[in-house]
Amino acid sequence: MTSPISIKVTINGRATSHHVPPRMILAEFLRDQLGLTGTKISCEIQVCGACTVLVDGKPISSCTYLAADIDGREVMTIEGVAEGDSLHPIQQAFVDHNALQCGFCTPGFVMATLALLAENQNPTEDDVAHYLEGNICRCTGYRPIIKAVIDAADRMGTS
Amino acid sequence: MTGMSEERVDAHAKVTGKALYALDLTVSGMLHGHLVRSTRAHATIRSIDVAAALATEGVVAAITADDLGDLFARYGHIVADHPILAIDKVRYYGEPVVLVVADNPYAAADGASHVRVRYADLPVMINPEDALAEGAERIHSEDYEYGDRSFEEAQSTLGDSNLAHVADLEWGDVDGAFASAPHVVESNVTYPMLYAYAMEPYNAVAWFDEGELEVVSTAQHPFQVRSDLARIFSLPLNQVRVRSPLLGGGYGSKSYTKVEPLAAVAAWITGRPVKVATDVDGAIHTTRADGATIRVRSAFADDGAILARDFDITFNTGAYADNGPLVLAKAVNRCYGPYLIPNVRVRGRAVFTNTVPTSSYRGFGAPQGNLAGELNLDQAAEKIGIDPAEIRRRNLVPPGGRHLPGKRGMDADLVGDLELVLDALGWKQDQKLPLRGTGFGCSASDAGAFPVSTATVRLFPDGSVTVLTGSTEMGQGSRTALAQIAARELGIKLDRVRVVQSDTAATPYERTTGASRTTTLTGLAVQRACRDALRKLEEIGAEKMDCTIEEVKTADGVVAGPQGELGYDEAIQWWFGGVQGEITGVGVVRRAGDLKELPPFWEIGMVGVTVTVDRDTGRPTVEHLVTVGDVGHAINPAMVEGQDLGAATQGLGAALFEELIYDGPQLVNPNLVDYRVPRTTDVPKRIDTIIVENADGVGPYGAKGSGEGSLNPIGGAVASAVARAIGVWPNELPLTPERVWRLMQTRQVSDIDS
Repeated sequence: MTSPISIKVTINGRATSHHVPPRMILAEFLRDQLGLTGTKISCEIQVCGACTVLVDGKPISSCTYLAADIDGREVMTIEGVAEGDSLHPIQQAFVDHNALQCGFCTPGFVMATLALLAENQNPTEDDVAHYLEGNICRCTGYRPIIKAVIDAADRMGTS
Repeated sequence: MTGMSEERVDAHAKVTGKALYALDLTVSGMLHGHLVRSTRAHATIRSIDVAAALATEGVVAAITADDLGDLFARYGHIVADHPILAIDKVRYYGEPVVLVVADNPYAAADGASHVRVRYADLPVMINPEDALAEGAERIHSEDYEYGDRSFEEAQSTLGDSNLAHVADLEWGDVDGAFASAPHVVESNVTYPMLYAYAMEPYNAVAWFDEGELEVVSTAQHPFQVRSDLARIFSLPLNQVRVRSPLLGGGYGSKSYTKVEPLAAVAAWITGRPVKVATDVDGAIHTTRADGATIRVRSAFADDGAILARDFDITFNTGAYADNGPLVLAKAVNRCYGPYLIPNVRVRGRAVFTNTVPTSSYRGFGAPQGNLAGELNLDQAAEKIGIDPAEIRRRNLVPPGGRHLPGKRGMDADLVGDLELVLDALGWKQDQKLPLRGTGFGCSASDAGAFPVSTATVRLFPDGSVTVLTGSTEMGQGSRTALAQIAARELGIKLDRVRVVQSDTAATPYERTTGASRTTTLTGLAVQRACRDALRKLEEIGAEKMDCTIEEVKTADGVVAGPQGELGYDEAIQWWFGGVQGEITGVGVVRRAGDLKELPPFWEIGMVGVTVTVDRDTGRPTVEHLVTVGDVGHAINPAMVEGQDLGAATQGLGAALFEELIYDGPQLVNPNLVDYRVPRTTDVPKRIDTIIVENADGVGPYGAKGSGEGSLNPIGGAVASAVARAIGVWPNELPLTPERVWRLMQTRQVSDIDS
């Protein structure tokens, strides 16, 4: 194994530095080194979206992104979304619309929705479905998720 | 309160990423296991060389079956045929052979890549036809120990051939009925092998603490896993502690023991905590759902009355029994539909093959059999010239009727349910539109499994309450539904109730979390536990107020008697003295009273779809989906709808996309790119999830379960809808664009358009 790589990174608004093995993926770094286990690992091939985090504001699959590559960047994970005990409007909409069951996909959906609503403040249901096609939910049948995202957009637009 | 869509009690934790799953657990000093899996589908093991693996930096152990010493090295709740690690031979590609254990996952994977296994190939049988051929190599020839000896629904035929299990059902004079019937219709269908894709793959952490085995895993049924582990290590049940935290999906695929023995033997050998986690490829190579070929013949009178049905079911059950025998038995019970039929014969066979072992998956044999039974009914309706809705109305079992002799009478109004589906669909038999078709289907499953459930309710001196249950929260919402039942029974606010689940050392016994049983059976146990606690509070009230217990009533958090009232908290504090003590209520459910008759309830599946088909590509699109959840009483209506839509969506996956495919000895699509599950863009444009509440179940307030029902008839409904759209009957799922396109090529395009 080659020697660890030094990285400086801002995670959920806090600047920090670490040493990571060259082959460590971002999801493992977040989960195993930082204890940020809200980011989930499932398909491991960039299909299911459970590991979605924001790097410099863009949604990426942390299962196929090397930890070393976040050097100098800003990472936002599900742990950075709520403000204390107060849920983000997207999170509150997921709760209100029963848009989760087992919850394993939920952090990824919330992160992808953050990215969607940053790009498009008034998405249609079709817009939502297409943007979130890279996130799989095996429990809900998706309709409650799509409704939650539309509702979240409304709440954020009027807040 | 029940009947209201209360917010899920785990919702906040799940949207913030704070919810903890087994995969998130780290134990101090924990090692990581990585499996070396078989690269042969059927072979004897000539040698295993782990020297290079052991020389790899960070590797602590490389465990083979030879290292398991005096342990009972197999598991399986019906037949203990599944080796923890392959013993002498491998029976499918991907079977665990060596477990390499190391300081970190990287070292474990590196070590595993250095293990060398030499095999001597044996003939490979992927299909039941090959496995049952004359002179076929036997996949199993050992005489295994039986686990659950109470299981009698399917007979093992181990030792005779590769025929693994048989299950038969027969009543009436089937041959006589066919001989004299005016109409006989035969259908042959194929149902695909499926992968449940619970998004959290199988994983377990195990360690020994003063001789006690502790395991945290993704088990739906921790008490069943406890039994397997106790047998492996010859430990008493009280020295095996299995915990299931929140599960990242289950759908039956996490029923019974999976990777727990691997983690446990690694902990036993290394003396350290060991985590074994599969990836998706590993999960697919752990268990799958049965593929099936089914032949059905049905005899009809001129008016559409079913005179007789004859089914022949063959399951490709894979390399080991796992839960396959039970799934087979359920397919046999469920295939002919919720119809009153005077003459029925079902022959079910599960065949060992050199493929991934099969186990439970949502619906438990119902989707396979239902596809055959319902498609056959629709084909018969067309042949006889009768409305497919009318043929069902004519044959559906009425409330109280017994469509399976010796079992509980029908606890639902099936014709009423069907009318709701037809109304929502706007069904008109004579309406024919080009490339557009509507289909619907009915099913009733013997749900609830064997009724054994226990629950404990603890009332604390501050008025808060903890419910203890061995039922697992895997997304279905049991933590919320059981809290709602307790809150209603005790007359207190929902936020005063906490539900603690699935810890075999602390929570009381629960047989399983499956068969849509939790709300009904665990719910009853919780209800009884609450009533037991209230009776104790009434005794305290009578003592405090110096009156008879009959003069004391409990309601709305208050113990009321002739001389005033006191809160539960005050009653407990008075009785024990000071702010201390607690009242414990115990609730037990067993096969007695209302639950003497099996099944505990019939789980109804009534669905409909409207499908359009693309003329050029054959791609079917489900435009409209209707589900009916006949649940007696919806404890939480939003969660019932969630179960129904979720189940139907998984059914749509099997109907349209999903299929594990063997090409030669190995799977070609053990990943989420090539095994396609439904996505956001597949959601039907219109969805109607209808709930029926007739309070006709045995559960709390007349409740019955949901969870599987809306999956079971989806395949047949979609197949019939596609048939009506293109004018050709499909005989296999999934209906991929290519399959539909090929069916369309068998007709003139002008015929399809007309």
